[in-house]
Amino acid sequence: MADKKSTRQAYGEYLVKLGEKNQNLVVLDADLSGATKTNIFKKACPERHFNVGIAEANLMGMSAGLATAGKIPFASTFAIFGAGRAYEIIRNSICYPKLNVKIALTHSGISVGEDGGSHQSIEDIALMRVLPNMTVLSPADAVETEKMMDAAMAIDGPVYIRLGRSDVPVLFNEDYQFEIGKAGLLKSGEDVTIVATGMMVGPAMEAADLLKIDAVSASVLNMGSIKPIDVTAIKDAAVNTGALVTAEEHSIIGGLGSAVAEVLCDVAPVPLERVGVKDLFGQSGKVAPLMEKYGLTAKDIVAAAKKAIQRK
Amino acid sequence: MAFLEETVRGIRKDIVKMIGKAASGHPGGSLSSAEILTLLYFEQMNVDENNPRKEDRDRFVLSKGHAAPVLYATLAAKGFFPRAELENLRQLGSILQGHPDMNKVPGVDMSTGSLGQGISVAAGMALAGKMDNKDHKIYALLGDGELQEGLVWEAAMAASHYQLNNLIALVDNNNLQIDGAICEVMSPFPIDSKFEAFGWNVITVEDGHDFDELRTAVEAAKKSEDKPTVIICKTVKGKCVSFMENNAGWHGKGPNAEEVKQALAELEA
Repeated sequence: MADKKSTRQAYGEYLVKLGEKNQNLVVLDADLSGATKTNIFKKACPERHFNVGIAEANLMGMSAGLATAGKIPFASTFAIFGAGRAYEIIRNSICYPKLNVKIALTHSGISVGEDGGSHQSIEDIALMRVLPNMTVLSPADAVETEKMMDAAMAIDGPVYIRLGRSDVPVLFNEDYQFEIGKAGLLKSGEDVTIVATGMMVGPAMEAADLLKIDAVSASVLNMGSIKPIDVTAIKDAAVNTGALVTAEEHSIIGGLGSAVAEVLCDVAPVPLERVGVKDLFGQSGKVAPLMEKYGLTAKDIVAAAKKAIQRK
Repeated sequence: MAFLEETVRGIRKDIVKMIGKAASGHPGGSLSSAEILTLLYFEQMNVDENNPRKEDRDRFVLSKGHAAPVLYATLAAKGFFPRAELENLRQLGSILQGHPDMNKVPGVDMSTGSLGQGISVAAGMALAGKMDNKDHKIYALLGDGELQEGLVWEAAMAASHYQLNNLIALVDNNNLQIDGAICEVMSPFPIDSKFEAFGWNVITVEDGHDFDELRTAVEAAKKSEDKPTVIICKTVKGKCVSFMENNAGWHGKGPNAEEVKQALAELEA
């Protein structure tokens, strides 16, 4: 449990296993195979790895073409270039025709670190979530990454998998079950529910422990499947705890916080506080001080939880 | 030969009629590429109207997706779906969307409409064909204005890098785009040496409405051993309808009833 591994590393390694099982799996990268870790697959299976060069639009277009011929492309680059630069190719050539392309983008969020704001994608969940036919998955650790890749392979259609650069604690063991559209209740409490995704799941667990010291009982819900989202789990959280906090390494506009707010206003309006990047670009720095600077720590979640409870 | 001439005449009439009925659509670039599609679907491509998704079929990607009417008219003439369906172009609930939808129209190999993307997708299709040692060809029709899209050149670079000799791009070089002459809006010229520089086999067809010339070019393209081929077809926008010919104003507007009547009279003459 104390092990740490980045979700991109888990992705690269597990691609090899998936590729052994399914000969139709192909991997495309745009000159970042060392960073996205698809070079691990390239080493194992060079004839099914295509580096299209620094051309993200073509990365997505060619992936779409491969999918029309029955291949199952995993297209990888950094989240900012894939979801950002190639957005409209994903929209019109992958999602609109509902082609079976898996878009696995790394270096999401501000935990990119030193490369700074130009490379820190804080809007990719919003961009991918708004697309019809798209499934959006955001793994919390290495194990969940593998389970999500299995789930992505099992459906015929576009999937976005949001991966990170930094090492994060391995939270789950091999028995962990993941299902698209289902949240995981990691901790059950009575006063507030923290809904977290990706690398914020760890701090969310920590926040629940800190809240306990102050006699606040918090639930923690891991929302790995951002679209489709688990409406029942959110409704139950609203009914059972009466206040929610979302935690994501993404803009508070359009991401998990917005997705949860949408559900709450439909089914059970209760106070909601959103922990995330507050409509700002990131900047260079080491990961830990960046997370502090942008309010993405366990302490920030604790403060948000108390505020949400006060608003009941 | 008479068969192709008769077929393309029927396709042109259908283009005019369906866009007239819809009161919107893109007649200019549909009429300019009518011979290209007729030759491909009625002579050169291995397709089966009774089995549109046949695995080893040749593929056609209308990268200039706004020319949907010429594709629909050609597919209907070939028997992929009833010609009567053409009357529903652009209507709510119709399979014939303003731009082609592969999941709605039998025979459409890729959904297109956003320029530059079709050639990129076609390159992916061709790569898949190479991986599986297939013999089929991938055809993609581009507009000349479409060459202004950067993605075209990303795809062009990749196609020659991967030696996709099974990819045949055709450029409908009618010299006009929606805002005017391509050389005034943003010149893509020289088109031939650009593709050559990107490592393509380049063939120029001086009269893109001449079946013999088109046939010679396509048959030569099929024999390319290690390069993708582009066939630059010099065409006339709005071809065979006098008031539409060489007129950018007819890029994207539907003719009224009187204009349809006149156009059909010219096409029947």
